Amino acid sequence: MALQIKNGIVVDPKNGISGEKMDIFIKDGKIVEEVKKNCRVIDATGKLVVAGGIDLHAHIAGCKINTGRAMRPEEMRFVRRKSNGLRAAVGRTLLTSPAIGYEYAKMGYTTAVDPATPSLYVIHTHEELDSIPIIDKATLPLFGNWHQVMRYSADKDIEKLKSFVAWVLERTKGYGVKLVNPGGVEAWMYGGNVHTLDDAVPGFGVTPREIITSLIAAVEELNLPHSAHIHCNNLGMPGNYETTMETIKLAKGFENRDRQVLHVTHVQFNAYTGSSWRDIGSGAEEIAKLVNRIESVTIDMGQPIFGHATTMTADCPWQFELHKLAKAKWCNRDIELETGGGIVPYVYRAKNAVNSVQWATGLELGLLVDADKIAISTDYPNGGPFNSYPYIATLLMSKKFRDEEMKKAHPYIEKATSLPSIDAERTIEDIVKMTRVTPARVLGMKNKGHLGTGADGDVAVYDINPMDYNSSNFQAILKALKNPLYTIKSGEIVVKDGDVVSEVWGRTYWVDVRDKTTTELIERDLEEYFNYYTVNRENYGVEERWLQNPLRVMAG
Amino acid sequence: MRNAICTFCGNACDDIEFDGFVGKNLCPLGEAKFSAKQRIEGPVVNGERVSYEEAIDRAVEILVNAKRPLLYGFASTVNEAIRLGVILAEKLGGIYDQCSSVCHAPSTLAMIEEGIPGGTLGQAKNRADVVVFWGCNPVEAHPRHPSRYSVMAKGFLTKGRQYRHVIVVDVRKTATAYLATEFYQVKPGYDYAIFSALRSIINGHEDAVPDEVGGVSREKLKEFADILVNGKYGVIFYGLGLTHTRGSDRSVENLVKLVQTLNRHTRYIIQPMRGHFNVVGASAVAAWEAGYEYAIDFSRGHSRFFPSEFTAVEALIRRDCDAALIIASDPAAHFPKRAVERLTEIPVIQIDPHPNITTLIADIVIPSALVGIEAEGTIYRMDGIPLRVKKFKETEYWSDYEILKLMLDKVIRLKGE
Amino acid sequence: MVDVIVITGRTTEQGVSIDEKLTDEYTKAVALCEMNEEDMKAINVKEGDRVKVKTDSGEVVLFAKKAVIKDLELPEGVVFIPMGPYANQVVGRSNGSGTPQFKGIRGSVEATHENIKPVEELLKVVK
Repeated sequence: MALQIKNGIVVDPKNGISGEKMDIFIKDGKIVEEVKKNCRVIDATGKLVVAGGIDLHAHIAGCKINTGRAMRPEEMRFVRRKSNGLRAAVGRTLLTSPAIGYEYAKMGYTTAVDPATPSLYVIHTHEELDSIPIIDKATLPLFGNWHQVMRYSADKDIEKLKSFVAWVLERTKGYGVKLVNPGGVEAWMYGGNVHTLDDAVPGFGVTPREIITSLIAAVEELNLPHSAHIHCNNLGMPGNYETTMETIKLAKGFENRDRQVLHVTHVQFNAYTGSSWRDIGSGAEEIAKLVNRIESVTIDMGQPIFGHATTMTADCPWQFELHKLAKAKWCNRDIELETGGGIVPYVYRAKNAVNSVQWATGLELGLLVDADKIAISTDYPNGGPFNSYPYIATLLMSKKFRDEEMKKAHPYIEKATSLPSIDAERTIEDIVKMTRVTPARVLGMKNKGHLGTGADGDVAVYDINPMDYNSSNFQAILKALKNPLYTIKSGEIVVKDGDVVSEVWGRTYWVDVRDKTTTELIERDLEEYFNYYTVNRENYGVEERWLQNPLRVMAG
Repeated sequence: MRNAICTFCGNACDDIEFDGFVGKNLCPLGEAKFSAKQRIEGPVVNGERVSYEEAIDRAVEILVNAKRPLLYGFASTVNEAIRLGVILAEKLGGIYDQCSSVCHAPSTLAMIEEGIPGGTLGQAKNRADVVVFWGCNPVEAHPRHPSRYSVMAKGFLTKGRQYRHVIVVDVRKTATAYLATEFYQVKPGYDYAIFSALRSIINGHEDAVPDEVGGVSREKLKEFADILVNGKYGVIFYGLGLTHTRGSDRSVENLVKLVQTLNRHTRYIIQPMRGHFNVVGASAVAAWEAGYEYAIDFSRGHSRFFPSEFTAVEALIRRDCDAALIIASDPAAHFPKRAVERLTEIPVIQIDPHPNITTLIADIVIPSALVGIEAEGTIYRMDGIPLRVKKFKETEYWSDYEILKLMLDKVIRLKGE
Repeated sequence: MVDVIVITGRTTEQGVSIDEKLTDEYTKAVALCEMNEEDMKAINVKEGDRVKVKTDSGEVVLFAKKAVIKDLELPEGVVFIPMGPYANQVVGRSNGSGTPQFKGIRGSVEATHENIKPVEELLKVVK
């Protein structure tokens, strides 16, 4: 049945609407001009009406989060919902698959992208994505330490690299190209790492710089909807903002009319000055200036949240460091020929100077980078739970709230970051950009992040009037953002008054660019290469018919 | 059919050629799996042949009326069926447990304490110059493991047997020990102490090690520690020799700590030798659906994990369940006597392709299609690598998935949710 | 009678017949007690004779089988029973981990003239 959302105050920046009283109509899962008959009406008089939220970077599925769950039963004692009608849902920051879908919907989000899957494990990733109710989703396979990628990058053979990227995306039903500590994970296989963009990767005679620029070139020539998506080298280390700045500058050599050419993710973790844990500080201001200046780069925050988190990343050497640093349990998985992964539980403590710098750095980025170029994220579950996005948004919107929260943090942030001196407050329109418009554009999902005709019928209604709210009444803002009056997914009401009322099943987006290249170029390489896998080529990858609800996207 | 996946052990070899009668590349265990043998003819309720629908109706009646049914097995079916099994346990307020609880569950407990520094089998093939088998006997339990993945495998960096140091540690000279460069025979139950001794030596506290530990002299232990530390990339495979014996989860935990120590000097990973071809899936699916791998109770409407209470064996011995649904497993053959006694007292529903010892005590027997021959789906190899097993033979038998799907639909209808 | 440590585990024969448990092959593969030659001498049994294994958890009658290589394969005082319904008559409870102790169980072995029970009888089918 069609749906009319009546008399709401619509904020739809992509379509130039910044707080107009109007009606939104949804039919057959899409936004339409108008529906005259047989229409269910929702009264949204005086309430904020926006597109469904989009998370462009959250580890919501696959062998990493699932190993994390198995390793941390202590996380699962938090009961969110019993099995009455829908599924039971448990988890503190690590959530079960049903809980992930429900928690996104409960804050008005309708899309989330898993940003790092080892291709060899991609069937598992899709199984979990298919077990997450409500939201639309996609997954990005990992390329940055893949032997074949490093070989083609060393040979500067972009044609073969394009062919390989297209082959991988088809085999994995993946959505884009992810790099994690390019070259560093391969070095880890013998206990090492790479520390600058120009370190040689052992055994391959290639540098991180070459891997990154080769992959950007391949992605651009294939014109994928989403750009290369990078977790920079040296993550977590004091002084790493310089490597991040250099990496950002690599985008200068490329251009794209529709979107960025490089998305640098969870930048907070890569934005530190200093030379040790004693003099660590925030490099957010400099990074923000650079990002605002360079047209072709976007970022997301990677905001840490005080409290429990579980770090999980393909950045194995960093995870080993963190295991030693935090003296915490440690899972590692070296994955043949492709990549690796590590998991370490972590607690961000407000009383800890370094953790406080991390917290402040994330917020600085969120306040200083143009709303068109930054998305809200916690790098779930690395920085903390994704359902703290309302908290992050409220911090960005209310100076008063920030002042309150800053009192809890370590006073060292006054010396090491500029956060205390920033008075800016984000508007609701900015927040809508940072949670809807920007992530949709970054991901190249044209039907998402806005409410124009033909857009997906994913809508959130919040109990706040964007034309009339008081930023110092942060309790009201937080409450409104945490408890949407309605979340609508593909025209179905899934959340009412902050609670899940029904379950729908979203789609899995994947990108098919086989028509832009030919596998013939790499046929012989693949044949040779599969001698060293322990899985046959015929058994490698995922068929579309194995997925519940796939959506194939052809590149533009 | 080329590149079929063998559905016997955790190796999940994916290079099987099978023409419907004879298979190529199969080990003796796989050959037995793929050869024709006795099947359960049709659904049976209390000795009487019935239709699938009726057997499922009667099974659902038992399950819905039970206070706390036990759902156990799952290691030899596909993830798609396992997922329905977990949801069914949740809807019934019962217990979900799977074969790990009588094999590698102590490895999960060790992981909860210390994590697992692991990797894929291809890492052993491509990189390992030291391979250790500790309390496991792949030659008999995972016959193609040495040739495909570990001892003789030809990788791109480590090109064959002559480049590898192979160590076997066991209480007896197993068939695998004959493949070893070094064999260390240890006293039963002393693994923990030996791990501690090796850690001490590697950490430079050799003087703290007594003359002999668990039947191995200090000199031998020093030699062993040297081999370990001098490896560039080592893989330690371990088996039920650790998890089934004194110390159990604590021994595995100490092994993990040894590997953590080794990683401060060089690179090492460990890998449990998982038995059934999808016992890893039976853990993984439960983790993403309910938050825990095994021993999960849903009697409060949400998942709770407590191994010493909610594993099948403990729940049976304690008489905490009043009906059982057994899928793709044979607890009557593999559980301790007192647990089996309880199974003979309560209504038992069995879903399995072959008659086995549980069949003898089951009230309702529902035959199923053979996974990987007559039914397809996803399974996880011992290192967690997912593979899709194939269907290449038509059958009248329902698959585990189809049987559980109808059961779940009926349970949801009866329970009104 | 000799005191022994009982271990149980997989064998190729047990694995090959695992899907055909209601056959004689399976019983032959699993109703076995592998022993060191010295232990066999001590209780005066030969390969194929029957022995009774006793532990705190129960007892079971099995065929004795000689370990091929003395000491290395099975040292004196250690016996091996293939996993299955016979072994499970004597395995122990878990120590709180939920996983029963299938290996390293203290017990004893003696010669016996009692018969090997068929599987059905082991189950004491009361139904």
